[in-house]
Amino acid sequence: MNLKLKSLTKSLWVFHFASGPCNNCDIEILDALTPKYDLERFGILLVGSIRHADVLLVTGMITRKGAERLKRLYEQATKPCLVVAVGSCACSMSIFKDSYNAGGPVDSIVAVNAYIPGCPPKPEAMIMGVVKLVKSLTGK
Amino acid sequence: MKIIQKLEEKFDKKIIKYDKKSERRSYLDINPADLTDFAQYIFRDMGARFVIASGVDTPKGIEILYHFSFDSSGLVLSLRILLDRNSPEVESLTPIFKAAEWIEREINELLGVNFRNHPNLRHLLLPDDWPKGNYPLRRK
Amino acid sequence: MTEEKKKTIIPIGPYHPLQEEPEFFKLYVEGERVVGLDIELGYNHRGIEKLAESKTYDQVIFLLERICGICSTSHPIAAVNAVEDLAGIKVPERALYIRSIIGELERIHSHLLWLGLAGHFLGYNTVWMWAWKYREPVLDICEFLTGNRNHYAMMKVGGVQRDIDNSDIPQVYKMLDDLIPALDLFKGVAIDDPVIHARTKGVGILTREDVLQYGAVGPTARASGVDIDVRRDDPQNTAYHLVDWQVITSPGGDVFAKLVVRVLEMYESVKIIKQCLEKLKVVKGEIDAKVKEIPPGEGIGHYEAPRGETFHYVRSDGTNRPVRYKVRAPSYMNVASNQKAVLGETVSDAAIILAAVDPCYCCTERVAVVDKDTNKKILNSKDLIRMSQEKTEKLRKEM
Repeated sequence: MNLKLKSLTKSLWVFHFASGPCNNCDIEILDALTPKYDLERFGILLVGSIRHADVLLVTGMITRKGAERLKRLYEQATKPCLVVAVGSCACSMSIFKDSYNAGGPVDSIVAVNAYIPGCPPKPEAMIMGVVKLVKSLTGK
Repeated sequence: MKIIQKLEEKFDKKIIKYDKKSERRSYLDINPADLTDFAQYIFRDMGARFVIASGVDTPKGIEILYHFSFDSSGLVLSLRILLDRNSPEVESLTPIFKAAEWIEREINELLGVNFRNHPNLRHLLLPDDWPKGNYPLRRK
Repeated sequence: MTEEKKKTIIPIGPYHPLQEEPEFFKLYVEGERVVGLDIELGYNHRGIEKLAESKTYDQVIFLLERICGICSTSHPIAAVNAVEDLAGIKVPERALYIRSIIGELERIHSHLLWLGLAGHFLGYNTVWMWAWKYREPVLDICEFLTGNRNHYAMMKVGGVQRDIDNSDIPQVYKMLDDLIPALDLFKGVAIDDPVIHARTKGVGILTREDVLQYGAVGPTARASGVDIDVRRDDPQNTAYHLVDWQVITSPGGDVFAKLVVRVLEMYESVKIIKQCLEKLKVVKGEIDAKVKEIPPGEGIGHYEAPRGETFHYVRSDGTNRPVRYKVRAPSYMNVASNQKAVLGETVSDAAIILAAVDPCYCCTERVAVVDKDTNKKILNSKDLIRMSQEKTEKLRKEM
């Protein structure tokens, strides 16, 4: 497997994008960084710019405005960049699928590498999702 | 109810209908032309708090309810006006209290009501390129 | 026009990792001072009011719960109060206590969340970590009682979905008691730390008149001496009039006052929960009025969410779907008041002032960017937070 992907699995830098979320997923993502779960000890860091990110975490049902932004964001990301849809809204738009402002779900805008459903998914579920993603990269 | 009595004394014939739904819920139907006088009196002289306005598309026309809260007694008083769906317009209350600014913009874009003399009547929630004449909260 | 050219634009947002939702504040500055604020909503608009018209009264509660992750139970409580107001439904007493318990648990973890963010913005990362650490046991209590850390699905028209088992009460008591030392810690930090005083006193003042003009609610209003709290003013179908507690106000109007109000409110919340649990030991009976039909009519329900009054208006035509559901979240009014609070303040204070109203944007709708034409140097939200933290460092060294 190429060197870039291998280095990814050592320490994942994550960029978080939200469009039309209720915030629960966003807070559970941040929760995963707090002392109880503490993902930082695995080298997983939230970064402020998409250009530094290895993983793009997406939450929310993605509104019309958000859809354009998401596409642009992904184009700006240095590849390889893995996309993870966090939460039922990002995976499928969930109860918002009939909204007049719906622009998603995420996989209709960019390709998704991993889905973590839940409303919200518990931090444990997110950790499991990330671990599975990393394992799939290393071919396990 | 002391509050309603005061309003009846001041505005008398201008109250089209008074519906006392319960101890803490009253609805006054008034003419759109009298809205500013009522709102001014209720906010400035009676010291009530403007809560929000609810726009409803009904078979009879477009109704807007202006909800005021008299916090010390727990009374929520709603002023109801009815506008012609073909050209719904009414005077803006933003010059009296800034709390009206956003909700008038919202009712304007979602229901198509014009608020005369609003300082900033542009889209609040919908994208700027939303099709003109398409008002999501109107019934088909 | 020449005045416009001198101003620099500092956009805050979107997608800063610590601001969970994309929102656009555009600050106009002259030198170090803020001279204007544009707020643009629209990035999170989901069309929930329209969606509500296609759901039944049972389904709509699940939809409304997802307006906001933090006011997750506040919207359902206001919503069921609105329908119960419409139909004149009487809710069994046991359900009232359960409603208030869940509501107050939410208030505690919401205020702790805010405390963490405020701590981070002010450069107290320890406060951030500790506040969020102590949120976890509260979320554990929620999961213990309802099955989920958030989105508890506890409310229904006429009562609550699930009962609280009396045998579980001692464990909840213990979890609450374990929380008190943490609250004492935060009270100590907020009220005693001279650097926090220097950073927040006299900063971002909202006067009484401003509060009334903008219709601000919740701790934002109470911190300007405006004594309003829906729990006391119109409890409707909750238990706040059946237990003993106080509304916390403070006259300062500044960020410090908002901080104090939220910290002290958490103590009141613990008091309320404990009294409700005591009542649950003796009040037996149903938790659900078993409502079959909603008659035509209209109803209004409101509830004191952690950020302030959440207001719902519902209209029915006698079918099992609402004709109209109007939802007004507290942040809709509070965020607008930032246009006043941030005027004349320095850029390094902007981050904490804007955060002081505890914006719950997904409730309100994050505003979209207003386009202005200037090509001055732009700072981003990370820069603003960094500037705020640097100011704290400087003050600490001076003290």
